[in-house]
Amino acid sequence: MIAIIDYNAGNLTSVARAVSHLGFQCLVTNDLEKIRNAERIIFPGVGAAGSAMESLKQFGLDTAIRDVFEAGKPVLGICVGTQIIMAHSDENDTPCLGIFKGKTRAFPTDIRSEDGSPLKIPHMGWNRIHIRKAHPVLADVGDADEFYFVHGFFPAPEDAEHVIAETDYDIHFASVIGFENIIATQFHPEKSGRPGLALLKNFCEWEPAC
Amino acid sequence: MLSKRIIPCLDVREGRTTKGIKFKDNVDIGDPVEMARMYYEAGADEIVFYDITASHEKRNIMIDVVRRVAETIFIPFSVGGGIRTVEDMRAVLLAGAEKISVNSAAVKNPGIISEGAKAFGSQCVVLGMDVKQVEKSTKIPSGYEIVINGGRTYMGIDALEWATEAQNIGAGEICLNSIDADGTRDGYELTLTALISQNVDIPVIASGGAGKPEHLADVLRQGKADAALIASMVHYGTYTVSEIKSHLEGEGISVRSSW
Repeated sequence: MIAIIDYNAGNLTSVARAVSHLGFQCLVTNDLEKIRNAERIIFPGVGAAGSAMESLKQFGLDTAIRDVFEAGKPVLGICVGTQIIMAHSDENDTPCLGIFKGKTRAFPTDIRSEDGSPLKIPHMGWNRIHIRKAHPVLADVGDADEFYFVHGFFPAPEDAEHVIAETDYDIHFASVIGFENIIATQFHPEKSGRPGLALLKNFCEWEPAC
Repeated sequence: MLSKRIIPCLDVREGRTTKGIKFKDNVDIGDPVEMARMYYEAGADEIVFYDITASHEKRNIMIDVVRRVAETIFIPFSVGGGIRTVEDMRAVLLAGAEKISVNSAAVKNPGIISEGAKAFGSQCVVLGMDVKQVEKSTKIPSGYEIVINGGRTYMGIDALEWATEAQNIGAGEICLNSIDADGTRDGYELTLTALISQNVDIPVIASGGAGKPEHLADVLRQGKADAALIASMVHYGTYTVSEIKSHLEGEGISVRSSW
């Protein structure tokens, strides 16, 4: 069973729909027992870092997520989920889970497109990823594949080895990060069509070698 | 770099697409779920559903459509039409839509934008704007006025001021429809689109007037739009999404070309 962490009563149904569509059993839950017993977990994100961390702590989910990670089970972070597994988020100046060393940072406000016009924030829409480090979860992703992003902040891991893929939006930012049994995407694989579904399927079958 | 988005728009009345849609094989398809699947597979970057159901009692039919679409396609889609309250928004989002769009309801009650943004995040809240060109005046300094009821009622609100205000109170995106260009197939309203897009920080989807791929190239480049809405030019099989994207790519416009 795959547990999808529910910590904000938000719209998490799309991740569950995509996972079910792929033929895997999953459960959207905030039940600590079920999360600890899950075979693997998906940690999506909604809202801002401050309120997300508050809800996690309120339900004791911050500890449960760390426990699952430390037990060596596969963990997938998505969007705000990816941002709050860092040590700290600049959004609401929030101390976060600290599974990754480093911060979640805001896009600089002066980013420009190639023709010099200002780029809009949030970074919203389809963009490519450039794989920096081969990873089994990204096995089927090609150079031309694009993923759906909606975000104003991005993870900046201290350890360059943790950057699995980067995306270009004037600056290069980490769009997939990971080490050991955790992998996390800044984009939404559940809304990214074929390559997104392929990534989710790979995660659901991933057996980390640690 | 971020790709420009190509977004088919489907009008839905009581659970069926209104005109039915004629593809090249001449099959009429009235089921919005089936059409969403076809556009998803054809490379649409997002889909917009506009619910034109007249009676409030029949709105739950749309919720069922949204739920079935969400089980079928795995790209973002938005729903507009008839959304008046935060509860209406919640029902559509929980059924699986990525975004909801508000138009005349927001003109009458701008609070729905801020309430929706607070409850679900700005990224969920799209402001739909219907706009007509008028003579410039102190009341309408941009020369573009907000209209409702399909362009029959002038609201005395300047389009640029409204776009800026909506952004300030929490709209995450603007879907900008020119009533003057709508249905002409002569191209988008480029001046209006550039005016709004260059003066807000949130993405702008251009709507109204698309007839051929060149029109999309114009509005994405000169109009500075982030996305372009299309309807009849694909619904009747004149062009495919893929043909439109090939043209844009040939023009040097970045689009999602692998799906």
